[in-house]
Amino acid sequence: MGKPLTARQRESRAGLAYLSPTLVVVLVVVVLPILWTVMLAFQRIRLINLRRAGVFGQYTLANLETVLNSPGFWSSLWTTLVYTVGSTFGSIVLGLIAALTLRSRFRGRTLVRGSVLLPYVAPVVSVAFVWNVLLSPQFGLVNDWGVRFLGWDRPIAFLSQREYALNLLGWHIDVPMALLTVIAFETWRYFPFAFLFLLARLQAVPGDLEEAARVDGAAPTQMFRHILLPQLGAVIALLSVLRFIMTFNKFDDVYLLTGGGAGTEVVSVRVYEYLTARFDIGAAAAQALVLAGGLLVLLAIYLRFFAPRIEAAEGEG
Amino acid sequence: MADRAEVETRILRVLRPIVITLLALITLFPFLYMLLLSIRPIEDLLRAPGQLWIEPSEWTVRTYREVLTSVGEGGQGFLKFLANSAIVSVAATALTLLVSIPGAYAVARLRFAGRRQVHFLFLSVYLFPSILLAIPLFVLFTRLGLRGSLGGLTLVYIAQTVPVSIYMLRNYLSTIPASLEEAAAIDGYSRLQTLRKVILPLAAPAVMANALYVFMIAWNEFLFALLFLVEDRADWTVSLGLAQLSGGIEVSKTVLMAGSVVLTLPIVIIFFAAERLLTEGLTAGADKG
Repeated sequence: MGKPLTARQRESRAGLAYLSPTLVVVLVVVVLPILWTVMLAFQRIRLINLRRAGVFGQYTLANLETVLNSPGFWSSLWTTLVYTVGSTFGSIVLGLIAALTLRSRFRGRTLVRGSVLLPYVAPVVSVAFVWNVLLSPQFGLVNDWGVRFLGWDRPIAFLSQREYALNLLGWHIDVPMALLTVIAFETWRYFPFAFLFLLARLQAVPGDLEEAARVDGAAPTQMFRHILLPQLGAVIALLSVLRFIMTFNKFDDVYLLTGGGAGTEVVSVRVYEYLTARFDIGAAAAQALVLAGGLLVLLAIYLRFFAPRIEAAEGEG
Repeated sequence: MADRAEVETRILRVLRPIVITLLALITLFPFLYMLLLSIRPIEDLLRAPGQLWIEPSEWTVRTYREVLTSVGEGGQGFLKFLANSAIVSVAATALTLLVSIPGAYAVARLRFAGRRQVHFLFLSVYLFPSILLAIPLFVLFTRLGLRGSLGGLTLVYIAQTVPVSIYMLRNYLSTIPASLEEAAAIDGYSRLQTLRKVILPLAAPAVMANALYVFMIAWNEFLFALLFLVEDRADWTVSLGLAQLSGGIEVSKTVLMAGSVVLTLPIVIIFFAAERLLTEGLTAGADKG
């Protein structure tokens, strides 16, 4: 064993030692399960014959084939995409409005800033339940007020109606009611997240920049367009990616609001159905993989076409 | 024609209070509604769903009594659920910190092979859908007999929160001057002693914010609780209990609203007590663009 360790070697060992509990946990509960999912996706496994499943099981493409050809899979992927894009866009826009409005001083600002964050920190089960009751056609406040004050013909089943025929200036439009409601919920629940990041960035914008523009007679919209927006570009890009990833993978919100019914079946809810209702573990794993794969492809496209712009924006900021 | 800047400024001056009011309304109203329904008798809600306010003399705490008392005594047993949630959340918080503090210190301070690559590992935790992790964990825990145990759930929560915990702590730890550690080393402290006696006290606010953050995630979590604990009612967490019961029609909505308040209140209290601490911890670094 001979030579004593140099300080550098000792540091390196200590580093790995300190990090090792983390690595073990992440390896056991995250990395290995992911690899195992890949294996499961290529084996015929149901909960009944689970004991026979192993590394050396029979590999097959049957699950992937079943999944890709199963009715409703592609439409579910499309629903996931619409839901994700809609919610990401909605939450960032609302977050931006909130950040711009709550930026400067007014009476009660601390309180309002705090309460704006409530939808984000509150347990998803309880807020989903409140929305469910609020929107209920039987005893919901929204429908009661809608019929009484807004002149609706009858209550709207926000969360269980796939299509709602809207009459707009003589045009008949079928609105995907439940999907829109779920997107509205997601926007409501996650705009505080965007708000937090945007506000933090706004507060770092040097005050004299805006002051100078104001002296030059710039209108508020011009100031936003030419001074604030360039400063916020990088954060908005980051938020778009973060929110997109999180929403794309989201399960709780849709499951709790609609159970995946009425045209809101996102892929993660479908995976859950396969896992717990059909006990078809192989097919569930194959779908989860397609979901993760789809996300990777979209991210790759994003990074390929937009990343240079982000870096450029960061350089300015 | 009036000056554009002046017109816009005037419009905004009118618009701003309206937007502020709307923002406060859409965020606060659902919670007030929750509170108001939880103290209302169910017959009253069914009779007049559009009525928001009822006389204080008609308020009832029967809903809370029903939701909290055990199933054996004719209630819904939320007290037991609260205990389960508390056990899992506190254990997850303590263990996450135990794992992530040395980890964050290593990433912030020590040079070792693979230090730069650590982030990719963590990214994978968030990039892959939890439903994807849920499948093998469901299978594994079924095999090991860990399904239906609070311990298994705690383990999952640790894995889910350690990466963000390390990220938050690392940001804070790297602001502590290295000279303090050098001074401690000259005083003869070992690395572990330095971490415990010099770094930890200085990082106390960050550690506290982190603890609350992990606690909130564990307390609010739903998917894994659903997958692992659903079979035995005695194991349910509050989130799971509320979700399971709200699907049926046996329990009245106002009683469930009381359950909802019970689930939400601890989080709201923690949040308002430590708001600054939490929001600054989460967005640390965001202001640098």
